[in-house]
Amino acid sequence: MRVGVVTFPGSLDDADARRAVSLAGADAVALWHADADLHGVDAVVLPGGFSYGDYLRCGAIARFAPVMTEVVAAAERGLPVLGICNGFQVLCESHLLPGALIRNDHRKFNCVDQELVIENASTAWTSAYSAGQRVVVPLKNGEGGYVADDATLDRLEGEGRVVARYAGDNPNGSYRSIAGITNDRGNVVGLMPHPEHAVEQLTGPTTDGLAFFTSVLTAAVTA
Amino acid sequence: MTETVKDAEATPDAAQPYRELGLEDDEYARIREILGRRPTSSELAMYSVMWSEHCSYKSSKVHLRQFGSKAPETDAMLVGIGENAGVVDIGQGWAVTFKVESHNHPSYVEPYQGAATGVGGIVRDIMSMGARPVAVMDPLRFGPADAEDTRRVLPGVVAGVGGYGNCLGLPNVGGEVVFDPSYAGNPLVNALCVGVMRHEQIKLAHASGTGNLVVLFGAATGGDGIGGVSVLASETFDDAKPSKRPSVQVGDPFMEKVLIECCLELFDADLVVGIQDLGGAGLSCATSELASNGDGGMRVWLDRVPLRDPTLAPEEILMSESQERMCAVVEPAKLDAFLAICGRWDVLATVVGEVDDSGRLTVEWHGETVVDVPPRTVAHEGPVYERPYARPSWQDALQADDPSRLARPTTGADLRATLLDLVGSPNLCDKGWVTDQYDRYVLGNTVLAQPEDAGVVRVDDETGLGVAVATDGNGRFAKLDPYAGAQLALSEAYRNVAVTGARPLAVTDCLNFGSPEDPDVMWQFAEATRGLADACLELGVPVTGGNVSFYNQTGETAINPTPVVGVLGVVDDVRARVPMGFASPGEVVLLLGETRDELGGSEWAHHVHGHLGGLPPRVDLAAEKALASLMGSLVGVVSAAHDVSDGGFAQALAEMALRRGVGATVALDGVAADPFVALFAESVARAVVAVPADRADEVERLAGTYAVPVARLGTTGGDALAVDGLFAVPLDELRAAHTGTLPALFA
Repeated sequence: MRVGVVTFPGSLDDADARRAVSLAGADAVALWHADADLHGVDAVVLPGGFSYGDYLRCGAIARFAPVMTEVVAAAERGLPVLGICNGFQVLCESHLLPGALIRNDHRKFNCVDQELVIENASTAWTSAYSAGQRVVVPLKNGEGGYVADDATLDRLEGEGRVVARYAGDNPNGSYRSIAGITNDRGNVVGLMPHPEHAVEQLTGPTTDGLAFFTSVLTAAVTA
Repeated sequence: MTETVKDAEATPDAAQPYRELGLEDDEYARIREILGRRPTSSELAMYSVMWSEHCSYKSSKVHLRQFGSKAPETDAMLVGIGENAGVVDIGQGWAVTFKVESHNHPSYVEPYQGAATGVGGIVRDIMSMGARPVAVMDPLRFGPADAEDTRRVLPGVVAGVGGYGNCLGLPNVGGEVVFDPSYAGNPLVNALCVGVMRHEQIKLAHASGTGNLVVLFGAATGGDGIGGVSVLASETFDDAKPSKRPSVQVGDPFMEKVLIECCLELFDADLVVGIQDLGGAGLSCATSELASNGDGGMRVWLDRVPLRDPTLAPEEILMSESQERMCAVVEPAKLDAFLAICGRWDVLATVVGEVDDSGRLTVEWHGETVVDVPPRTVAHEGPVYERPYARPSWQDALQADDPSRLARPTTGADLRATLLDLVGSPNLCDKGWVTDQYDRYVLGNTVLAQPEDAGVVRVDDETGLGVAVATDGNGRFAKLDPYAGAQLALSEAYRNVAVTGARPLAVTDCLNFGSPEDPDVMWQFAEATRGLADACLELGVPVTGGNVSFYNQTGETAINPTPVVGVLGVVDDVRARVPMGFASPGEVVLLLGETRDELGGSEWAHHVHGHLGGLPPRVDLAAEKALASLMGSLVGVVSAAHDVSDGGFAQALAEMALRRGVGATVALDGVAADPFVALFAESVARAVVAVPADRADEVERLAGTYAVPVARLGTTGGDALAVDGLFAVPLDELRAAHTGTLPALFA
């Protein structure tokens, strides 16, 4: 089982995502933004950070990286893809997921241990959770407000495509407290919080995030 | 019209604006003597920035020498003072470099960019040692929390620290936020960075090997920050000279992140002979320092420097402080490989010079020589001043104004009210509003971060080897007694590192003072450096590097002298780190150390009475050393430990209870006879620990071994902080008081 982690210029949590993949029991493969080749990986993580300095719009330039052409094509064929934070922004800019992420409503960067409710436990990245499960993982971003038009939000909720919601106070103004969503096939997941920073008791608030990375092991085997 | 060396020779008597550039008459005369002619305008620019206070340390040098002459014997030091940052050995082949610097004046002028580029600058210092930066922390000091201008400065500074550091992908793991009226017109924005490397990867700023090439890489050079060094860092704010203010640099953290990764690949591929970052004084500093440290000379083709603004004159290019630039010395045979890696990261890299054996630093501009100087005279042989200093006339009166005359609370209700007042005071309240704007998780190695006593970062995943870093400073203590104040800053940082289970190893300092031309200030500086050097010797922790920031004053009024001290410790296995919060109910709470009636300069005197007078707590380095040794032996025994300092035992207890929502019930008779002294005195060399009941005897026995006074005070548990016979405060009420302050002021 090989999970690729893309490094764009300005990616920051790429080494952390690779560590999480390894701790979950898979081989982490570093993928380079300028290399239009997925090197035969079984799943892909787009990590957090500020790809291309977040110039223009978060994720807007990364979307045009050579590696993304391959990621988009493979995702459409069913390859599991997880976008975390900046990776979520890239997935939205790439139109693999609907909606967009805008500046937090309080206009500050915010780094907190955030409680989430996992609502959809049947995606490639959440099958090791149970629906309704509460988890705590770090949330850290300046532009994490999830927005979409009402029709899209209704459809996401109606189709059970809200993967995770913020529990308690809304930390960033995300519409309907949405923290993560999936595509209709359930192989592509975008998540604003950082499960890769909750994989070791020593360095994270919990180990609740590890199940995102163990989930994909079974998804890829059964895909 | 560009002025060449020939022009200067042809017009020996032409008037030059050296005073406007900050040079004194005798300094200008000395430049003429060195060169045997008048300098060209480019040479004058170089000397003026390199001989500024900020770059040359001309007023502080004679005092800073003590950090070398009194340095304790240690095997840990791999690179000492004088390089971009000191390097210490932490074992298993790993080395750590760390340093703290100031960016005070730019942060007052333009809070966001001033603070942001402060982070950027210290990170490049760490990179230039060959290290991967792994953590930052920012000791910040502002005017009164409720002052109008603090509302302008603080949010911008915090956003700048976060905006740059977060985008760089470096966890911010500690620091300070302190408020005092003395910083109202002059905030202190200090920035510390820690980097790690293998021993063999250590790099130095040396230009060796005739024929080797000088490569400038990173951002293109613009007009930003021109004169920032000599003007902004070396002159007080004075309304008469507003034109000199807008010289703050603008940062691009994305460029710096790419530059970090690019540099690390260059180091790994062994493509660099010497390396230097471009910070204060830009190319003037980088080229003269590289050449001065090398074994020959250097020739620079200045017209090859890539520019953002093509109209820049050679003087301006030499002085520009554009951010995110590095300068490397590269063997010609390795140039292609060097450029290939830069290309992979889309980093602009340009050969701008070569090392030669002339012993001179020459700079050419379109074929004409505009600079021809001995590089050591620019970089290392600047003026040195023995500034006059004298104990201020008001010092005795200040020390005589003892806090014993201040009204003290005595009843349980009054002590309870004082506790709630203090835990919510700007200096003692929860700083989450600030630190939640910083990413503490990125890189995945943060084991402890604020509000813990020290930031602890894992260095080696396999063995668990890690480092702990803490910074401290107390301007009020230093105002009362600068010698003791500097020692108290070291004491506290040393203790903060020790209570996490780390072994203190080395020191960095940022010495923030007023004008060195004021004998009062110079006395404070002389006393503080002497105190710090003496204490470092006694504690066995050498100063590895740091920074002096003078001219922190508004008009004639200097800030409280503020030596900020950072201590680095090594943690053999971070899995055994000791956090500060009570972990579970039913554990025994003990106080280590002795509590005396010491309230001079305390938070209580400051916040409740607005009083500053008397003497600071008595320095007791032997007790600090014993406590640190004891803490080392308590790793694996105690479940929590927390240093007692600002706000006293009451504050320590409140922080330990609130950290994880576990209360405690304690009796004060084991602390001091007077409950007020027990709760609020700020005596040094103390820590509170919690330990499972069946191991409390072991703590007492070990304390005895190290001759550290120990007292059993009570047990953890419950939803309140209860002091036997006096009062109880529910944790919810305590938390509301502790966390509400900054959001109410700044949200």
